[in-house]
Amino acid sequence: MSAPYAKLPAWADYGLIPLINLIVAFFVAGLVVLLVGESPFEAVQLMIKGAFGSGRGIGYTLYYATNFIFTGLAVAVAFHAGLFNIGGEGQASVAGVGVAVVCLAFDSILPWWVTFPIAVVAAAIFGAAWALIPAWLQAYRGSHIVITTIMFNFIAASLMVYLLVNVFKAPGQQAPETRTFLEGANIPSLEPLLNMLGIAARRTPLNITFFLALLAAFGVWLLIWRSRLGYEIRTMGHSPKAARYAGIGEKRIIIVTMLISAGLAGLMALNPIMGAQDRMQLGFVGGAGFVGIAVALMGRSHPVGIILAAILFGMLYQGGAEIAFEMPNITREMIVVIMGLVIFFAGALEHMFRPAVQATLASLRPSSMGLKPKPAGDA
Amino acid sequence: MADAAIELVGINKSFGAVRANRDIHLKVEPGTIHGIIGENGAGKSTLMSILYGFYQADSGEIRIGGKPAAIKTPNEAIAHGIGMVHQHFMLVENFTVLENIILGAEGAALLNRGIARARGELHRLEQEYGLEVEPDAVIEELAVGLQQRVEILKALYRGAEILILDEPTGVLTPAEADHLFLILRRLKDEGKTVILITHKLREIMAVTDNVSVMRQGQMVATRKTSETTVEELAELMVGRRVLLHVEKGEAKPGEVKLSVRNLTVKDSRGVTMVKDVSFDVRGGEIVGIAGVAGNGQSELIETIAGIRKAVSGTVMLDGRPVDVTGAADPADLRRRGLAHVPEDRHHMGLILPFEEYENSILGYHNDPEYGNGVFLDLKAVEADARDKIAKYDIRPTDPHLKTANFSGGNQQKIVLAREMEQDPGVLIVGQPTRGVDVGAIEFIHKRLIAMRDAGKAVLLVSVELDEIRSLSDRILVMFDGRIVGERGPDATEGALGLLMAGVEQKEAAE
Repeated sequence: MSAPYAKLPAWADYGLIPLINLIVAFFVAGLVVLLVGESPFEAVQLMIKGAFGSGRGIGYTLYYATNFIFTGLAVAVAFHAGLFNIGGEGQASVAGVGVAVVCLAFDSILPWWVTFPIAVVAAAIFGAAWALIPAWLQAYRGSHIVITTIMFNFIAASLMVYLLVNVFKAPGQQAPETRTFLEGANIPSLEPLLNMLGIAARRTPLNITFFLALLAAFGVWLLIWRSRLGYEIRTMGHSPKAARYAGIGEKRIIIVTMLISAGLAGLMALNPIMGAQDRMQLGFVGGAGFVGIAVALMGRSHPVGIILAAILFGMLYQGGAEIAFEMPNITREMIVVIMGLVIFFAGALEHMFRPAVQATLASLRPSSMGLKPKPAGDA
Repeated sequence: MADAAIELVGINKSFGAVRANRDIHLKVEPGTIHGIIGENGAGKSTLMSILYGFYQADSGEIRIGGKPAAIKTPNEAIAHGIGMVHQHFMLVENFTVLENIILGAEGAALLNRGIARARGELHRLEQEYGLEVEPDAVIEELAVGLQQRVEILKALYRGAEILILDEPTGVLTPAEADHLFLILRRLKDEGKTVILITHKLREIMAVTDNVSVMRQGQMVATRKTSETTVEELAELMVGRRVLLHVEKGEAKPGEVKLSVRNLTVKDSRGVTMVKDVSFDVRGGEIVGIAGVAGNGQSELIETIAGIRKAVSGTVMLDGRPVDVTGAADPADLRRRGLAHVPEDRHHMGLILPFEEYENSILGYHNDPEYGNGVFLDLKAVEADARDKIAKYDIRPTDPHLKTANFSGGNQQKIVLAREMEQDPGVLIVGQPTRGVDVGAIEFIHKRLIAMRDAGKAVLLVSVELDEIRSLSDRILVMFDGRIVGERGPDATEGALGLLMAGVEQKEAAE
């Protein structure tokens, strides 16, 4: 017997198991909240109210989700090729330079709907460029992509400090940030849309980049499951030997996949820079590159799952800020602990409940497991 | 009558919804060699894993020497005098024979005493059973047959009275296998009990006293070996009558389709695996390459298929050169009419998590018939897969089922359908029936003969000598990277066996 455990049906694999993981994560998080002397139920209430209770909350939740969709997709695309791109953070930061340069150059000449597409292309190209060296090293020298992309995060961080302090900082300014962009780089907020839907939203950073994120998710689905390149990427991810057998160039796939992945991570830069702050600030990525790993894990590297997981983490970000504000005992760091628990249970302990779920399902409804008795004989 | 050495009573074991063992009853008499045969997936390995403590039975009882025994771990199995020789050896490659034998039974913190005791014990076992091995040799320098002997010694050193051997001859030459049987008989004469798991009927007939047949998780029959026939056992295994011998007409060799000259190939460690190999394959003939696994056959066919680079030599496909030392590309070779059924079906020929229809285009996924420039036309792919499923009788017939859920035989049919339906001029086939049930073997062999009769050149590599002999029109024998002889299909197994062991070559050198 090669497979001791039967396969799960899709609804359990993509729905039930993440849900169980999430419940356990929140349960343990609740214990932590209890430990610091606050009521977990109140905390949950605060979180949900903070994230979805007001137009402003919803706006912020989806704004954060936009970031995580991009970085989640980036990690997922690389996953499909068997590559672990941890460099989303650095790739997004460097992409910000591309966005900023485009905005600074054109914001006084062009209308936003011309600047924005140029900035989109610049973000993708700058992000991808930051992954080119790690990708090349992996493809041609076998240097592990995890190590190189982590290192490139550090390089990017230093580079950003240098650029913002020495190149982009407006004269006479104290903060390491570019000047505020003009009209030509102001992309539309989605506040009017929220208001139209009957959600009163004020001062939310949610902007049209959200739709770009949804579009990117659809694009990733097309790429992975409908294109020839996607077929090659998945073949590589499952079995490099099979890829070689099929004549799929391993080096080519590594480099192309990493460039696509990093390009997606790069798109994330548009959201805070053009959509929210109208300038590039130091640290604008704010950990979204790393959250993307958890989002991709939880979303099973599927665009739909990633969108849902991104909204969940958007909720944790926004609702968590709310808790930290309302409950004096719960600091900002506690929220990070809670997010860490979610990542821990959803990602790292993904297989913990799987055997139990499988056994339960198998004993309840054998037919639902897609198992029919094997036909007698073979031919 | 004495108590049975091992008695299994009503053993049941399920994995999820799969019932791997159903109400198994088995009695193994002491001092006998008891064979267990069955197709892949029949539940033989599960049953032995239960006996050896890897798995727990869901219900049922194990009795050893008449007394109920609870075996929860391999250590408890060892304590009950059960030893197991695994199909894939559990040896530390860079340890010596002695070190491997005392591994897990060192006796004390310092090794010197354990080693000394083991040396004496080893000497005694050697005398008693004819199991000669150099105690200080490093495992990786030993031939496979000797490594297996170390596995047997390991079990005996731990006081095994009952020895389970799982597919022990898969990696052996016929001569080594014969020697193994000699050892098994000797063990039997000394009063040990041997359980031999295999899917090779020949071995069962050669060496066992009793034989039990498993099919689909059940024990369908137990026979005295002297009172049964190969035909009956095959029928019991498959559940219907099977044609054991391939019927084929005269070969009509035509033009040379594939020509290999002076091919030399190194593996990733830099060891030369293929040494100056030259041969031709003509259209309308099957050329079989016989040899014990690991003598360069894998590297040879992978190089011809463009997966591996050669150090030197030339390959011509339909009279045109293939750049085997440089930019040969499997995709390009496929377009030129070279199809390849790889030896490693699970990692190379298929992507097991893919749906069946996705695997039916692997390697041909850039063909125009499967879509436009960028996107795949999944409807066309699926229609094509359904067509192949019907033609090759692949079961289940669902192209959306995960490939991992197909049986070994059906998986192999998926690969064969993909490669043969492209109507290639040259077909390279590695281990076409490894891990394939008897029923599917018959089908696959017929297909290969049909390819030959359609004028295709077929290069067949197999470690199953029977398969090579029954299919090939010419047989090349590989030993240590060289082709050491060519024989006709009527060559005896003994003669081929000697070549495979490199005997003739050594004699010629002396």
